[in-house]
Amino acid sequence: MESNTLLTILLFAPLIGALLTMFLKNSQESLIRYFGLAVSIIVFVISLVVYYFFDSNNPDFQFIHKFRWIENLNVFYFVGVDGLSILLVLLTTFLTPLTLLSSWSGITSRVKEFTFFMLMLEFGMIGVFLSLDLFLFYVFWEAMLIPMYFIIGIWGGEQRIYASIKFFIYTMAGSLLMLVAIIWLAVYASGFLGYFTTSLVDLYQAGPTIPVSIQGFMFFAFALSFAIKVPLFPLHTWLPDAHVQAPTAGSVILAGVLLKMGTYGLLRFNLPLFPQASIEYAPFISVLAVVGIIYGALVAMVQTDMKKLVAYSSVAHLGFVVLGIFSMNQIAIQGSIIQMINHGLSTGALFILVGVIYERTHTREISEYGGIARLVPFYSFALMFTSLSSIGLPGLNGFVGEFLILTGAFKSSVLNSWLFSIVAASGVIFAAVYLLWMYQRVVFGEVKNPKLSGLKDMTAREILVVIPIFIFIVWIGLYPNTFLKLSDKSTSKVIEQVMNPGKSNLSLP
Amino acid sequence: MLNSLQDLYHIIPLLIVSGGILVSIIVEMYSKDSEKILFALSILVFGAAGLFSLYSVNNVSILFNGMLATGGNVNVFSFIFNIGAFIVTLLSADYIRKYGTYYGEYYIILQSSVLGMMLMAGAKDLFIIFIGLELMSISFYVLAGLNRKRYNANEASLKYFLLGAFATGFIVYGIGLIYGTAQTTSIDILTVRFPQLTGNLLFLAGVLLFLVGFTFKIAAFPFHMWVPDVYQGSPTVVAGLFSTGGKAAAFSAILVTLAALFNGNVGSLFTPYLIFVSALSMIYGSIVAISQDDIKRMLAYSSISHAGYLAIGLAAGNSEGTAGIIFYLAAYSFMNLGAFGIVALIEGENETNLSIASYAGLAKRNPALAALLSIFMFSLSGIPPFAGFFGKYYVFFAAIKSGLTWLALIGILSSVISVYFYLRIVVLMYFKDQGEEVIPSKSAMGMVGVVLSAILVVLLGVFPGSIINLISSFL
Repeated sequence: MESNTLLTILLFAPLIGALLTMFLKNSQESLIRYFGLAVSIIVFVISLVVYYFFDSNNPDFQFIHKFRWIENLNVFYFVGVDGLSILLVLLTTFLTPLTLLSSWSGITSRVKEFTFFMLMLEFGMIGVFLSLDLFLFYVFWEAMLIPMYFIIGIWGGEQRIYASIKFFIYTMAGSLLMLVAIIWLAVYASGFLGYFTTSLVDLYQAGPTIPVSIQGFMFFAFALSFAIKVPLFPLHTWLPDAHVQAPTAGSVILAGVLLKMGTYGLLRFNLPLFPQASIEYAPFISVLAVVGIIYGALVAMVQTDMKKLVAYSSVAHLGFVVLGIFSMNQIAIQGSIIQMINHGLSTGALFILVGVIYERTHTREISEYGGIARLVPFYSFALMFTSLSSIGLPGLNGFVGEFLILTGAFKSSVLNSWLFSIVAASGVIFAAVYLLWMYQRVVFGEVKNPKLSGLKDMTAREILVVIPIFIFIVWIGLYPNTFLKLSDKSTSKVIEQVMNPGKSNLSLP
Repeated sequence: MLNSLQDLYHIIPLLIVSGGILVSIIVEMYSKDSEKILFALSILVFGAAGLFSLYSVNNVSILFNGMLATGGNVNVFSFIFNIGAFIVTLLSADYIRKYGTYYGEYYIILQSSVLGMMLMAGAKDLFIIFIGLELMSISFYVLAGLNRKRYNANEASLKYFLLGAFATGFIVYGIGLIYGTAQTTSIDILTVRFPQLTGNLLFLAGVLLFLVGFTFKIAAFPFHMWVPDVYQGSPTVVAGLFSTGGKAAAFSAILVTLAALFNGNVGSLFTPYLIFVSALSMIYGSIVAISQDDIKRMLAYSSISHAGYLAIGLAAGNSEGTAGIIFYLAAYSFMNLGAFGIVALIEGENETNLSIASYAGLAKRNPALAALLSIFMFSLSGIPPFAGFFGKYYVFFAAIKSGLTWLALIGILSSVISVYFYLRIVVLMYFKDQGEEVIPSKSAMGMVGVVLSAILVVLLGVFPGSIINLISSFL
């Protein structure tokens, strides 16, 4: 068993950065900002090193670092990366410096704490994507709530306290149920394995041997926790509150990365651990996903607050991802993975742009705007570009993901009905309606609101934040293979695990 | 003779504390500046006894003709008691002056109560349990009413004494019935005779009475009514000791008797009772804590619900449950003492600033205290990576392993409820800007105590492996 500390370095770099931040003086605000940015860029560079050495032909976990953490419970410190997680890790490390940069003018109080919590959040998020031990995973999954809770609660809007508590309790309720399921699963599996362990690779072998009736309970205990995070209809009610009240940086990370943890969890844990139950309940979950697509889009349409509109659009977009996952074929799951990245980029950029204009006018009401195209041409272009990416215009990233998911769902043998695809496809049209309609009301027409007259266009720093995102939006749109090939083999492996449970030749590291 | 000399070596922690009490009494009598000397002496006694307990943890033996056990988990308990009392002493340094009770007796009684706890954990005979229990309880009654000029303190002391004596009555009656039917009070002999006694109704009634008496002492539902009033009226640091050392000692007594009796399985006959106590304590404590405005009363209800989580381990009745309880008690002691310690620092003279509203905006005025209290609150609500989480994980693990998954689910329900009131403090400290200008008292010793608790909470949370290993190796 080779031991590779690369991922451990990647994981702990933000933690060390966060702890070092505490030693800086409160008054040195710009130093703290540069320091936070530097740390997050270093983390991004380390993740690029991981990407450079990543072997996309290997479906198994790579860069494994494993040792026993809690001896007599067989709990491991066990990190590794495979095709399912590499893109999400890169997304996390990519978005964190951008959000830090984007909040330079938005966050003016308690800068030190803010930088500390953002880096802690990055630590937690990377940990969630790298953990290959359920106990370790759970620790990161829960611990990550704390920084997010503070970010919403301290720097959020007027209703921030309500939103942060709702976010915390909602998520905690789901995840505690998952904790019981984790223990239950490990206790049950110990009968098959002969020893108690929470190591994922061992449990992959034991999972399919559990009787389907019990698998069902465990499946739902896990799925509930993930579905709250996604959020899957009807568990989405915390999301609009949290998104609207969070500061821009919080919204970007929430939409860009945190929601993906739910879909990642479904893909990483639910499918391979409970294959029979996954197949059995796939239609049920997919119905919820499709309802979420339509519902999210319809509710987004009638929003008067830009941020709320984007928040509800997340419900719809994540519905696509869940639909893709439970279609359980190569095309659809590949589509889901790329769609997770797309949503992180597009919605992240949308939140940044809403934040940019909010900082100038202090309102997010769509009706307060109108005719800003002539005042802020570059901003208008950026908003157009991002909206089109989110809608799924061919040539930009959104199209690739949605197309793959819809095609996959159409052909899915597990869902065995083309209805899912047909209904979900209408969600794409709705997306065009609510985003373009918002765009029209905000950007075109006459300037009616006198407060808008002195509106300034995006600064160099703000442009610097969105340009890297735009590059990837076009890149994925034109040549998605760069990204798809990373997850290709691992996706096949997951499908193999689900379709032929217990037969997949997993290598036990 | 040689034998008893070796016996003495094994009980060094007990000797240290007993010696400390004797020396303290003398110092108190002859020194004018006794308070400072006694403080230093207590620190020394608790520190030495705690560390020696840990050092000699592997010297497992039974002493004095089967009356007392040492080594193993007895020493783990002794470590928890002594380090807990060590922290309490640090917190007391400036607090008792602020509270107006700078009597030298304070430290003497504190040491006696710890001696009582250590006897309970090491007992191999029901009488030793009783002696230890009384030593601890009577010290507690005095500590609760330390400031005799205060109305609240008198109420707390009297209430604690009357109800505590009542509960002790149950325990004594239980011991009486057990002795009457089994003709012995030695726990080892009881274990041997136990199979013939399972059908004996009087014997079972005795065990049940014993258990009921201790349900009172661990502050669990339905014998919890004294808890909020006593915690509220007692000096804050002392309330911290009641909720940690007192609870831990009572659990240790339950473990040494019942666990031995049922061969490691406390459950079986009394499982329904334990499940009842556990489930209702968790839910009742969490729900009532939500509506509290006084932080000490909130912590009192939180203490009731934690008794419920701990009782999950008893209901599970397997060695994981026992290990879980011991770990949980260590975690709970440090996090709760830390919380009480901060309450003691915030508390003004004449018991002011005890309402939850006093914490509004604390993060701005005193970021260090706010950060520390947040750690304790997150740990109490069971969020990783703090010690409280692993404690909960382990008792849930024990419950699920013994097929009590639904009890773990009730535990989860209660945890979710409890998040609300623990986080309320964090919300006030961080998310509210304006508040009363509450200025925490400056106490270097108090800060040391709180920081030490926080370090232990984080260490136990991040590296629970070695201590769990240690505890499990003795089961």
